[in-house]
Parts: sequence; structure tokens; C-alpha cells
Amino acid sequence: MSDNGQDSNPAGSKGQKRSRVIALKPRERMKIPRHLPDEQDPKERITNFCEVSEGFNIEKALEEATRCLECNDPVCMKACPVNVDIPAFIQLLYQGDYDGAIRKIRESNYLPAICGRVCPQENLCENSCIVGKKLEPLAIGKMERFLADYEAQRGSFTPPPVASSKGQSVAVVGSGPGGLTVAAELAQMGYDVTIFEALHEAGGVLKYGIPEFRLPKQIVDEEVERIKALGVKIETNVIIGRTLTIDELLGEMGFGAVYIGTGAGSPRFLNIPGENLSGVYSASELLTRVNLMKAYKFPEFDTPLKMGKKVVVLGGGDVAMDAVRTSKRLGPEQTLLLYRRSREEMPARLEEVHHAEEEGIEFHFLTSPVAIHGDANGWVKSIECQKMELGEPDEQGRRRPIPVEGSNFTIETDTVVVAIGQSPNPIIQQTTPGLETTKWGTITVDESGATSRPGIFAGGDISRGGATVIQAVADGKQASRSIDAYLTKLRSEGVEESGRETADQRESTGK
Amino acid sequence: MYRIIETQELAPTITRLTVEAPLVAKKRKAGNFVIVRATPTGERIPLTIVDSDPEKGTIVLIVQAIGKTTHIISELRAGYHFEDVVGPLGEPTPVSEFGTVVCIGGGVGTAVIYPIARALKAAGNRVISIVGARNRELIILEDEMAAVSDKLIVTTDDGSYGKKGFVTDALQEIIDVQGKPDAVYAIGPFPMMRAVADVTREPDIRTWVSLNPIMMDGTGMCGACRVSVGGELKFACVDGPEFDAHQVNFDELIARNQTYAGPEQKALETWKNRVETTDCRQL
Ligand SMILES: Cc1cc2nc3c(=O)[nH]c(=O)nc-3n(C[C@H](O)[C@H](O)[C@H](O)COP(=O)(O)OP(=O)(O)OC[C@H]3O[C@@H](n4cnc5c(N)ncnc54)[C@H](O)[C@@H]3O)c2cc1C
Ligand code: SF4
Ligand code: FES
Repeated sequence: MSDNGQDSNPAGSKGQKRSRVIALKPRERMKIPRHLPDEQDPKERITNFCEVSEGFNIEKALEEATRCLECNDPVCMKACPVNVDIPAFIQLLYQGDYDGAIRKIRESNYLPAICGRVCPQENLCENSCIVGKKLEPLAIGKMERFLADYEAQRGSFTPPPVASSKGQSVAVVGSGPGGLTVAAELAQMGYDVTIFEALHEAGGVLKYGIPEFRLPKQIVDEEVERIKALGVKIETNVIIGRTLTIDELLGEMGFGAVYIGTGAGSPRFLNIPGENLSGVYSASELLTRVNLMKAYKFPEFDTPLKMGKKVVVLGGGDVAMDAVRTSKRLGPEQTLLLYRRSREEMPARLEEVHHAEEEGIEFHFLTSPVAIHGDANGWVKSIECQKMELGEPDEQGRRRPIPVEGSNFTIETDTVVVAIGQSPNPIIQQTTPGLETTKWGTITVDESGATSRPGIFAGGDISRGGATVIQAVADGKQASRSIDAYLTKLRSEGVEESGRETADQRESTGK
Repeated sequence: MYRIIETQELAPTITRLTVEAPLVAKKRKAGNFVIVRATPTGERIPLTIVDSDPEKGTIVLIVQAIGKTTHIISELRAGYHFEDVVGPLGEPTPVSEFGTVVCIGGGVGTAVIYPIARALKAAGNRVISIVGARNRELIILEDEMAAVSDKLIVTTDDGSYGKKGFVTDALQEIIDVQGKPDAVYAIGPFPMMRAVADVTREPDIRTWVSLNPIMMDGTGMCGACRVSVGGELKFACVDGPEFDAHQVNFDELIARNQTYAGPEQKALETWKNRVETTDCRQL
């Protein structure tokens, strides 16, 4: 791609807009096959942490945009949790109005460079795309990513207009996608927003969980910068519940409202014998060491990580997939993933399962761990497993795994990674009186994002348990509307109150 | 910016640092710790808050140079700064009026026991302290400990100062001569804490230890710090760092703490070599 986008722009130079209606009929458009981005070769990519998907270049993005039918009743848009105006942005892209297209996305979603990479589009917009009913759906996510990357490449980002100051401030706890979205929305409405983040960098799971090869950390930093450009302040190294409390934020610190977006980061363990042996990691520990602390660059970076010769990862979700692919890149001779149901039941994104298979991960389905055994020094030596078979479907419709009697067997291994899920971070719930929680430890919210205490709102993984980035973004948007309504009401009451005060004063001084 | 206001060498390899961290200083209670990062490429390590001055907005940390990170921190001087300081972390020490309490500090563990001894004294306890180290040079905070204790016993392994022997010998003597104390707090290397737990188990004396397992985030999000306490899984950073000594599985903990021994040694050597080469260039 040339540095100057205009030169290599097949859509023509400035001002010359393409109109698709003249260009191609729907039938012809549908004949164009879905475009695929280039990907790093599996053999190559398991030796590095660079991004797997190279994304679209201009040509591919424009040709892909040609495939859109501009439906009158766009089902893709309805399937998007934040209702991005998909046909509108694709139309703008088609016309070569790259700035207009990315602005259109940002009206609904302030994190396009991130969501274009990690959203499960195959279950959302792309799953419902009309073209996909007969042929392959539009590559909506890849176009979104292209627009975000192309804007960054040209440095053409200009912050959207910010309303004049409302004179009220909001504290956002946690800088994951939910917190970042609330901050971006409220800042644009004219509120003074400060994000408090426990870690030393902003981004939440985007920074410490999702690996570099799926979401480069520089991309996250750039999105964070675009939020700071709206006047949002970010205070890292502040743990709410320890360094400061929610009640201090609302009290002496004078914040009008608080949003809690602290996520579900507490790793769950299996409670089987041997889980505390050396060489057993939670996926959170492994991923945080590698992503946030850059252990893959040890000793240039100081945080160590010890990968053995044979790694066994336990679990079948996105986190397990990230853990196993991260492990693979750290150079063990063999990398295995054990899942207690079959491939069909795996909750992980299909694209990632496919990537993992390409990278030579050995999948063992219908296999459940029962104990981890250690050597004389307390290091993992082997893992004892049991074969499973599938029984009746559970409440969620997934077939329940049932142990097969007498099927125990042992796998020799020196590194085990437990990736069976995360629970909500408990610190705020423990230190905020009157904040209602569920039996799973999540914070109770109503559909507006309000918690049991006035002025305190919450969303994302802390109220849902483990969910998705876009769901956290959607919760953030809902909560920012609720916070605006709440603060607007306070403002009008404040006006009334100060009005009453002056009347009282007048009365008293009049006497 | 977490500026360093003052540093002082307490013993060879042991340094005391006064650091600006106003929010932490305001909230900190005895038993709390912080997680620090010295440099932009540094690792996150936990350090106990030895003291704090809420007015000046400073906290006091004591560090012993063992690995690369602690070596780097030991070389920081006034005017330098930490990249990150976050806290206060962990549950504060359960301080109440027990009666007679024995506070035991082994090696740099004395830095951790000092604020606890002071808080116990302030709560009206009779505090007997035992401070031990390998030799005279490594005894730290003797005056400070004396000031907050009704009685202070110093032990060295080689007999170069105080009583010759281990802190557990001194503890056993107290139990034999004066009778059972009402509580014991012991902080030091894992083998020392395990030995103390063994001494107090039979006479059934309430004993707390403060654990310093491998940590990373310090907020319950990685599980690196997990320990078995009474057969249950606990995260030392949020459930501790202090636990009932008789319930802690020390053997498991000692093994786990060796996880990174290899890489850490390598990091330290690489770093030391780097320092030498820069020194050569400067000559
Ligand atoms: C390894 C992994 C891979 C994933 N892959 C995908 C994917 O491909 N696609 C997808 O859609 N979703 C994915 N998810 C899920 C997705 O990342 C989460 O649903 C989403 O990040 C939740 O956002 P959030 O804003 O609620 O919180 P988080 O992203 O969890 O951020 C919470 C932030 O709050 C901070 N915090 C916590 N407690 C405190 C406190 N007391 N004070 C101050 N700060 C605090 C944390 O340090 C953290 O930075 C993945 C999750 C993981 C773990
Ligand atoms: S459903 Fe598909 S074809 Fe229709 S507007 Fe959306 S992306 Fe375009
Ligand atoms: S240090 Fe990560 S959970 Fe305790």
C-alpha cells in the first residue's frame, strides 16, 4: 500500500464518487466471491507473535464493499449489539469516503480497530447478512478493521465534536472495552470523565488477555489515545476498593456518578489434586505474563515464564484457544488441548479453532482431567484423564459429558494450563456497602445498567460473567445514556434547589 | 510519578526507600503491601509497606537485593522514581488485644514484622520480639523493633551477635520459661515460618505467618499467588497475605516459589554483565 492513499485509490480521486447503482446490478454484485485477507503462514507464525491476519488492502476492501446489496431493512444492523449502520458505512467505503465511513462506525462504536478484529461477526452481523443466506456473507468485520487501520495509517483521525461542559464529572472503574466506551460517550456529551484502572496500562482484557497475534497492543494503545483525545483522563495504578473506594469517589471526590466495568478476571480452578504443583498455570497468569508483561521477550523484559517441552491446556473456550496458541509460540515440542465434550460443543470461535488446528495444536476431545501428578521436586510430571461420552443436553442445549467407567489414562507433561473460565473480580463488591450481587458474584443491574445504589452503574463482564467485547461496548452505551439521564435530573433538581435557596435567602435578608 | 525521597543502606544488600505515593500512604494499614515496577520493562513485584506518612504522602519500603529486579531497586537513589506503585494491597493484619504476643522476624522479614509489632503494641499487647539473621551484618531495624517491644531478643546463626541459634530456639525458650504466649506472628523465609509453625502447633498457640508467594497483579486476577490453607485454595494477594500458620501447606509453597529460579538466575547474570560492561565504557 502506498503512503499516500489517494494515489493508489481505485475509487478515483477526491470528489469523484462511485455510485454502485450505476456500476453493478445486485445479481452481478452477488457473483463476486467473498474476499479473504492474507494470513501469515501457519509454519511461520508459530515462531512469532505478529498478527495472523493481515487484513484487507484498499483493493480488497473496495471490492468487498461492492458486494453489499444495501438492503432496505438491513438485518446485519439489527444483529449488531450496538446497531452499527453497516450498509451506510459500506456505501461510504464504496464511494472512497474512508473518513466518512470510519466516522459512521464510530457514531455507534468508538472501538472499530478492536471490534473489527475480535468481534464474533460470524455469530452476529455476518451471520444474518442476506447475501450469506445463499452465498458467503459480506466480510463486515474485515472492512471495519480496514477502515480503522487505514485511518491510523494516514493519521487522519479527528476527534468528534465534544459538547460544552455540563459541569459534572463521572468516574469510570476499569479500562476494558466497557469502561472505555462509557468514557468516550460521556466525554462527547460534555461530562468530565476520569477512568481508574488497577493495572499499569489501560485496556483490560484487550491488553492482558487477548494475545498480540490476534490484537496487537499498539492497536489498543491507539484506541485509548483516541479516547484521551476527547478529554478523558486515565489514572492507572488505582484499585477501587483499595486505593480509593466507590463511596469516596461519590463523596469527597465529588463525582456525580460511577460506572463499574471491572470485568471477570479471577481465574477458576478445577479443584483436582496436584493443581498447585509448579508448572501449573491459570490461563490468566500465562496470558498476562505474555501479553501485558511481555514475557515472550524475556530477558529484554524482566517477567519470566517457564514453558516446558509438552504443554497441556484444559478447556474449550476462546481463552483456552488463546492460551494454547500462545503456548505453541513459546516453543514446546508438543502442544495439546483437552476438552471434555466434542468439537461441536466447543464454545470457542470457529475461526480460532481452525487457526489452532492449522498451527498444529493436538486436540483431544471427550477427555477430562482427574488429577495432576508431580515429581520429587513438586513439578508437574503427568496428568491423569478420564474418557467422557455425551449424554442428554443441559439447560443451554449442550450435551452433558458423562465419565466412562474405567477409562482413566495418563499423559506425560511438564506444563499444564487451566483455562476453564473466570469469575467476577470481587474487590468492589466486598468494599461497597449496599451494592447488590448475584450468587455468582456478578453485580446486579437492571436493563438500564443501574445497580441497587443510586448513581452507581455497571456493565460488561462484571454484570454478565464472561461475555464479549461488543457486549461490554453495548452495555457501556446503554449505561452512558442512563448516566446522562441521571445527571441531567440531578442538574435540574440542583437548579431548582439553588433557586429555592436564593428565594429563601432573599426572604431572610428581606426581613 | 512515584518519586524516591530518600534511601538508606540498612545492611549489605538491604536498602530502605522512602517513596512518594500519597493515595497509598493515606489508606495503608499494618500488614498491607504494594506492587511495584521499577522500570518500563520491569516485572511487578510485591513489597511490604513498612511505614507510611499520610501527611507527607510517603511510604517506606525495604528491599533485599536477590534477583535482578531487587538489585535494580536497591540501586535507586533519591530523585529517581518507580515506574509504578499500586496499593495498598492485601487484608490488613488482624490486630487486637491478645495479651502477650511474640513477634518473630527472620532476615528481611523483620521489615515486614516491624509495622505489625508496632500495631500490636499500640493495641495494648505485651510484645516480645525475636529478630534473627545469619550474622550480625544482616540484623536490621534493631532499634526500631526495640522501641515497639517490651523485650527484644536477637539471634544469629553464627553467634556473631545476640544469641547463637535460630529464632525457633529463642521461641522455644520463651515457651519453656515464661509459658505459652497468647499469639505468635512470624515472618521470614518459608523454612523459618514452617519451623515456627511446628514449634507452636503442639502447644496450640495461635500463630500467623505472612506469605510472599510469586505474585503478579496483586488483585486476584492471575492465581500465581495461590496457596493451600487448610486444604482450601486461597489467593495470598486478596485473601492474605497473613494466614493461620498451622493450616498453610509450606511444602507446596516452597516448591512453587522455585518455579522461576532458573530464568531469574539467568536474568540476574545478564543484568550484572551489562552493568560491568557499562562500567568499563565509563572508565
Ligand atoms: C483470553 C481472552 C480472550 C477473549 N477473546 C475475545 C474475543 O475474541 N472476542 C470477544 O468479543 N471477547 C473476547 N473475550 C471476552 C472479552 O474480552 C470480555 O468480555 C471483555 O473484555 C469485557 O470487557 P469489560 O469492559 O467488562 O472488562 P475487562 O476487559 O475485563 O476490563 C476490566 C478492567 O477493570 C480493571 N479492574 C478490575 N478491578 C478493578 C478495580 N477494583 N479498580 C480498578 N480497576 C479494576 C481490570 O484491571 C481491567 O483492566 C476474551 C476474554 C479473554 C480473557
Ligand atoms: S445484510 Fe449484508 S447485504 Fe444487506 S446491508 Fe447488511 S451487509 Fe449489506
Ligand atoms: S497475584 Fe495474581 S491473583 Fe494474586
